[in-house]
Amino acid sequence: MSDAGVAHWLVYALAGAGIIGVGLYGFLTRRHLLRRVIAFNVIGSGIFILFGATGYRDADLGADPVPQALIITGVVVAISLTALAAALIARQAEEAGAALLPEDEEPPHGRKG
Amino acid sequence: MSAALFFDVALCLLLLAVALAAVVGRDIFGSIVFFITYGILVAIAWIRLEAVDVALAEAAIGAGLTGALLVGTWRRLRRGRAEDLPGRPDDPQDPLPATLHRRCTGVLCLVLTGGLGWAILNLPEASTGLIPEVSANLETTGVSNAVTGVLLGFRAFDTLLESIVIAVALVAVWALTAEGLWGASPGLRQHAKRDGVLATFGRILPPIGLVIAVYLVWAGSTLPGGAFQAGTVAGAVLLLTAMAGHGEPPAVTDPRLRLAVVAGPLVFLAIGITGAFFGSFLALPPAWSKTLITLIEVVLSGSIAVTLAYMVLGVPREPEHRRSRS
Amino acid sequence: MPLVPEIGLPSPLLWLIIVPLSALLAAVPLGRRAARSMPIVAVVMPALALWLIVEVSLGGPQEHTLGGWTPPLGIALRADGLSAAMLLLTAVLGAAAGLFSIALYPPRGGDESAASGTFWALFFSLWAALNVVFLSGDLFNLYVALELLTIASVGLAALGSLAAAMRYLVFALFGSLAYLLGVVLVYARWGTLDLDLLGTMIDAEPATFLAAGLMTAGLLVKAALFPLHGWLPPAHGAAPPPASAVLSGLVVKAAFYILVRLWFDLLPALATEAFVQATGALGALAILVGSVMAIRAERLKLVIAYSTVAQLGYLFLIWPLAGGATGEMPWAAGAWTGGIFHAVAHGLAKAAMFLAAGLMIEAVGHDRLDGLAGLGRALPFTTFSFGLAAVSLMGLPPSGGFIAKWLMLTAAFAADELVWAGVILAGGLLAAIYLFRPLNRMLQKADPPELKPVARRRELLPMSLAALAILMGLAPGGLYALLQIGRPVAALEGLE
Repeated sequence: MSDAGVAHWLVYALAGAGIIGVGLYGFLTRRHLLRRVIAFNVIGSGIFILFGATGYRDADLGADPVPQALIITGVVVAISLTALAAALIARQAEEAGAALLPEDEEPPHGRKG
Repeated sequence: MSAALFFDVALCLLLLAVALAAVVGRDIFGSIVFFITYGILVAIAWIRLEAVDVALAEAAIGAGLTGALLVGTWRRLRRGRAEDLPGRPDDPQDPLPATLHRRCTGVLCLVLTGGLGWAILNLPEASTGLIPEVSANLETTGVSNAVTGVLLGFRAFDTLLESIVIAVALVAVWALTAEGLWGASPGLRQHAKRDGVLATFGRILPPIGLVIAVYLVWAGSTLPGGAFQAGTVAGAVLLLTAMAGHGEPPAVTDPRLRLAVVAGPLVFLAIGITGAFFGSFLALPPAWSKTLITLIEVVLSGSIAVTLAYMVLGVPREPEHRRSRS
Repeated sequence: MPLVPEIGLPSPLLWLIIVPLSALLAAVPLGRRAARSMPIVAVVMPALALWLIVEVSLGGPQEHTLGGWTPPLGIALRADGLSAAMLLLTAVLGAAAGLFSIALYPPRGGDESAASGTFWALFFSLWAALNVVFLSGDLFNLYVALELLTIASVGLAALGSLAAAMRYLVFALFGSLAYLLGVVLVYARWGTLDLDLLGTMIDAEPATFLAAGLMTAGLLVKAALFPLHGWLPPAHGAAPPPASAVLSGLVVKAAFYILVRLWFDLLPALATEAFVQATGALGALAILVGSVMAIRAERLKLVIAYSTVAQLGYLFLIWPLAGGATGEMPWAAGAWTGGIFHAVAHGLAKAAMFLAAGLMIEAVGHDRLDGLAGLGRALPFTTFSFGLAAVSLMGLPPSGGFIAKWLMLTAAFAADELVWAGVILAGGLLAAIYLFRPLNRMLQKADPPELKPVARRRELLPMSLAALAILMGLAPGGLYALLQIGRPVAALEGLE
């Protein structure tokens, strides 16, 4: 039982690490700003899963409430930043015509990244 | 391998797959849908991690509201596109960067994940975190939900700041309003047919949602729940009402609206300042602790509801019915 | 925790957080009418900061446990000499920039616009967030404060340029995530988030190295250290001048401050030679690249913004230089103190410059360098304050900038690290070059251009800040003594 107990949190912690990696890949390789926002949220979620999993290391003791409280705070902060980013993207696209940062706009045939 | 562990592994693999789809999907709307799905799966993961309050918050805020925000922005990008611009604002060709760049970034991310994994595997075996301290002191806060105890008791300053963060983010969103549109109503009004699906849901769901919200904030001191979860549900109710055309949301210049946005943090701060005169900022006398916490949570839920709803409504702009066919 | 139910006046530490938070919450419903509160805030905040300095000087570092819950369970606010100095700088710059803004976002006249209706809430948020950063003793609390800082900064930058604000946000998001991940790892390994407690526990270990690396990377993005500085010049160059003054003078310093706290209080055991030298090298590159870009810039606000990138480079030289001397030298903590001196002097001088530039732009209608000819004759007072600020930035005596560079130079020579000494001297020369162009234009004997009138009262604001920067050079002893209160051991012994 202790074997499954230990592995339980470990699975989620490692998954969290993986999700962080996936999100970071998206954040760095995609240029469309809305995709970057999605990637930001994915990374954030991965960080939270990692945090929550490391707070649940002993199944008998139960979960540590401090990481959980901090994660809720983090989720709220994340949506605040997402809302600001989304509003900026919408307004910038209205003015500039494309949801990209100026340095990311390029001729249609693409360039080396 | 026990059934529970098998489930956990399967869920985690699914999470990774959906996260990947959300991030590298070809089409932005598809990515958004995958992201919402991901959010719901993460909520299930939180339940497996014995974090029900977080599951509620994640499902409501992370999947629900964030998803609505993203879809709303995507629509706004599509609507604003000029036909003669090369590429479309919602999904320009967005050519992938050169293969070398992608490969290097991929390696970098693998290295990071590997490093994190290695750090995780090397964490000390016996680690209790702050569980003992929380258990020992929870009674003094008057609440029995440990997460609420941390949020509004031990680390109340974080929560105060966080309630201010959402208010300031909303103000920053409003600051982006274009010239001349300052008094306009925020967007996201749909064309709801009188007896159509949206209008009907807009009549049925709000009362149910409000009951759930009240329950969440009331029960939050003993059971999973709390101000943020309740506020989000109430905010969703407000949004639905506005989108279904059952009421015009007040313009952002309305002082009563703005007061509603800051009422929660103001009450929180006022209680904190009173505590400061009696010994410590944000200190709650044990006899009054539960009452004060409940008071703060109730007012805070109201402010959070209004703030989150307006965050999703976004920057004030020209009413849609003026721009498209009606 | 039992509370003693007697009424006592809260310490200035708390007021410094309560006042800006109250101002910001009031400013949301008040909209542009909140401008009326600015003169009161401009007097109250510096007074509170001075009160805190008196308390710290007399009673040593101050602490307040919030809610009565002691760490590791609760959060503590702490003020030592460094915090008090940064809080005073924040109060002074905030007061000057805020008073300057009243004319730009007035409480009356015409219709409320999006800018005037939201500016004051964003401005006070910036102030509140900065104060929390300088006082908080908890890693996660610092994260929330940094996010508030980011949101307010991006909002203010967006009043200038949407694209610049978007870029700023993208960088800031990345930095926040990196910092947060580091904090998570620290808690997972050590079970606490309190800076003081961690200082006693932390050990050089793989998990801690990763956490330190992540937190440092995130903070370096927010501090705009080369090569992660790309977001700063457009954002600071386009924002309204009083916002740029606070952004350049304080917001970037907040991230630097947290880095100093982390490395000198918590992590000295982790500082390897390679890391310390690499940080110094990046600082040197920042000085070089920032100065070159400033020399090439064609608009006044961009020159000043690139100058910020360059001047921030000096701050990162304290990593290799700290504790360079032997114990006998009385200036042994020279490099650390010099770095803080530099942060303060740069804050004053840069804010003075942005405010002066703001007045010039209002008068002339644009900020192109070639259009500034003869401005010295038309706005002599403002040009003089620009010149004084330039003196400090160049590091000429007598000025705060000179004292800062001198402290760092003596440390470099004492440690026989002549490369850094060369960098510091070269930086001063480059600053002279990039400041020469605008000053030369302004002082040219040409016909003054068409001017809109500028209120004399507003001209006093950049002048006071520039004068303070010079005063720092004439009477550095007070600040020097203040900074030694609560100074970490690593500042004396160095990181290596």
